[in-house]
Amino acid sequence: MSAPNDAKRTLHIDPYEKNWMRISIILVIVFAAAVTVAGFALGFQVPSPEERVDPNNLTGPWENPGLRELSPGVYELYVIGNATTWQFEPRDVEIPVDSTVTIYVTSRDIQHGFKLQDTNINMQILPGQVSKLTHVFEEAGEYPYICTEYCGVGHAAMFGNLTVVEK
Amino acid sequence: MLATYDVTKTDKRFIGAHILVAVIALSIGSLFGPLQAFQFSGVDLYPYLQPVFKSYYQGLTIHGVLNALVWTTFFITGFFTLTTILGFKRGLRYPKLNRVGFWTMVAGLVMAAIPILLDEATVLYTFYPPLQANWAFYTGLTLVVVGSWIEGYGFFFTYRAWRKENPDTRTPFIAFGGLVTMAMWQFATLGIAVEILTMLLPWSLGLIEGTDPQLARTYFWFTGHPLVYFWLLPAYVSWYGMLPKQAGGKLFSDSLARLAMWLFLLLSVPLGFHHQFVDPGIPAGWKYIHAVLTYSVFLPSMLTAFTVIASLERAARKRGGRGLFGWVRALPWSNGSVAAQLLAGILFMFGGIGGLTNASYNVNLVIHNTTWVPGHFHLTVASAATLSFMGISYWLVPWITGKPLWKPRLAVIQTWTWFIGMLIFSNAMHVLGLLGAPRRTPLGVAPYVSEEWSGHLLRVGLGGAILFVSAVMFVWIVARTTWGKERLGANEEIEVPIAESEQDPQLTPLWLDRWVPWIVGTVLLILVAYGPQLIDQIANIDLGSGQAPSIRPW
Repeated sequence: MSAPNDAKRTLHIDPYEKNWMRISIILVIVFAAAVTVAGFALGFQVPSPEERVDPNNLTGPWENPGLRELSPGVYELYVIGNATTWQFEPRDVEIPVDSTVTIYVTSRDIQHGFKLQDTNINMQILPGQVSKLTHVFEEAGEYPYICTEYCGVGHAAMFGNLTVVEK
Repeated sequence: MLATYDVTKTDKRFIGAHILVAVIALSIGSLFGPLQAFQFSGVDLYPYLQPVFKSYYQGLTIHGVLNALVWTTFFITGFFTLTTILGFKRGLRYPKLNRVGFWTMVAGLVMAAIPILLDEATVLYTFYPPLQANWAFYTGLTLVVVGSWIEGYGFFFTYRAWRKENPDTRTPFIAFGGLVTMAMWQFATLGIAVEILTMLLPWSLGLIEGTDPQLARTYFWFTGHPLVYFWLLPAYVSWYGMLPKQAGGKLFSDSLARLAMWLFLLLSVPLGFHHQFVDPGIPAGWKYIHAVLTYSVFLPSMLTAFTVIASLERAARKRGGRGLFGWVRALPWSNGSVAAQLLAGILFMFGGIGGLTNASYNVNLVIHNTTWVPGHFHLTVASAATLSFMGISYWLVPWITGKPLWKPRLAVIQTWTWFIGMLIFSNAMHVLGLLGAPRRTPLGVAPYVSEEWSGHLLRVGLGGAILFVSAVMFVWIVARTTWGKERLGANEEIEVPIAESEQDPQLTPLWLDRWVPWIVGTVLLILVAYGPQLIDQIANIDLGSGQAPSIRPW
């Protein structure tokens, strides 16, 4: 077979396909812009490295996990996942409405998940690492937090309850 | 032009051996799918399987490993053996090498299967440490991967031999697609290989005290996302290079099909952090970069959608199809192989949209680790890939065995039941995920299940039941074809569908048939996207943080 003329060797793209690709690129740019604005201007953020801990020797605030009030209406909540009892420590938390809560989670043993229903709080729990996200609770009600990572036979029963009460 | 090559009986038997292992894996793995789905809808059959199968989670491990890893890997390597041989119209350069690859995979499969069946590896198919499986599980998985590498080398050597014989010819598309996929696979699996060999295996043997769970996840998802493309690209090879022929047409654009394949090589690997958006140990900035890179892989998928649909539309119009969308009816829907791949493509459109959602950085917080995710990947690996592989089987098995397809009309019904079952199942799983239902959880016994979920949980069971019936039909058709008495006549021989291109492939620009720039680009992009984080995480490794729990948690 003779080698074809080099001039004919161009990337032939159908006009419809060119438009299709233009639309695709615009779509991607719109999506990227949306998550960028939401993430970096409006503050809808994903977890970032916080702290490393020793899962066999959890010290400081981890010795008494639970809720701490930092100033009126501002709280931090420490939660530990446990795959021996398949429970979160603590299991029940109560806060007044309009509170800002920064949630720190870690594990005593294996991986867990922490998903606080009806919020954007969703974190992987790793032994040795601390995951952290903040949420403002503007509505009273029950917010179950559920273990979303397989952690053994008791996994399906692993959850806790955050109750937001009217002031 | 190239000489013709007569496929030998040995070739066919070798390909057939892959398909046989694949279908056996699918048959066993699919038994557990409905058990999970029924559990959701309140019918828990696991107690009746005691003491053979211990738990929902063991069943889930079997389902995931056999269906997502074994069925796919064996089918894919078998299929690419065919596309290599028939694309290049020559035998494998070193058939023994490919045999070694195949048997290595089989040995690995057996080795991993034993601890799984003994409930010694109920760690699901992600095996996140510090969940610790028996060492044989990790060794077996390693052997499966190594075997697939070796089969890949066999294809590359065959390409080199063909290239020497044909220095100026464009690589035939179906062979090209297989080679690019296997090249991508070599890069992709480095993550899991390093994870197992440097951490999990020595740890399971007691040689090191523990693992670093964060680093392990980073290694795993280095492989985990391109794994999805390892499943999808063989289906794409068929959609681009075979389906147009089956529909009575040609490949619309040879050069854009190649460009899409190269882009998948380039972009499949450096975006794994989009599976780790909620991980604590990775800076948000890196997660963001991977999110943007994931968006870029949307583009070759859109190219594929255009080219495949354009090829099909032109084929349908040639068959008398009319109207803006009316042409769709003129496609050969009565051919089970075609119907399967068309329906797989439709399901994959939903899968693609869901995939974009998953990749969308903070939007991912809404659905991460919920049933949305298995709902999503049942549209990709269990539809785009699996349903396409079923469709391919409907010509491949008759071609291998020399026997006519048993009940071709049943094959059509099978593909539609898969489609309908999957629509119900997957939709319910997506909706449940949005309502907050966690994945990997026997929701039938979970105490926090809300009233609002119950209707959707029932639909999961219904979809699962339909899918199960469909899987049984598929296995039955393949088995009856294989062991049928009737043989194809001398002039009825099955022709492997290989689509011509509308444009002469020789006119495809040379840069779309050169490996070096694409490989260099791939390596560079991986180094840029992963290098700094890998260095950082390895430098700060903490093996003490991921020790095996004192009591086995399952």
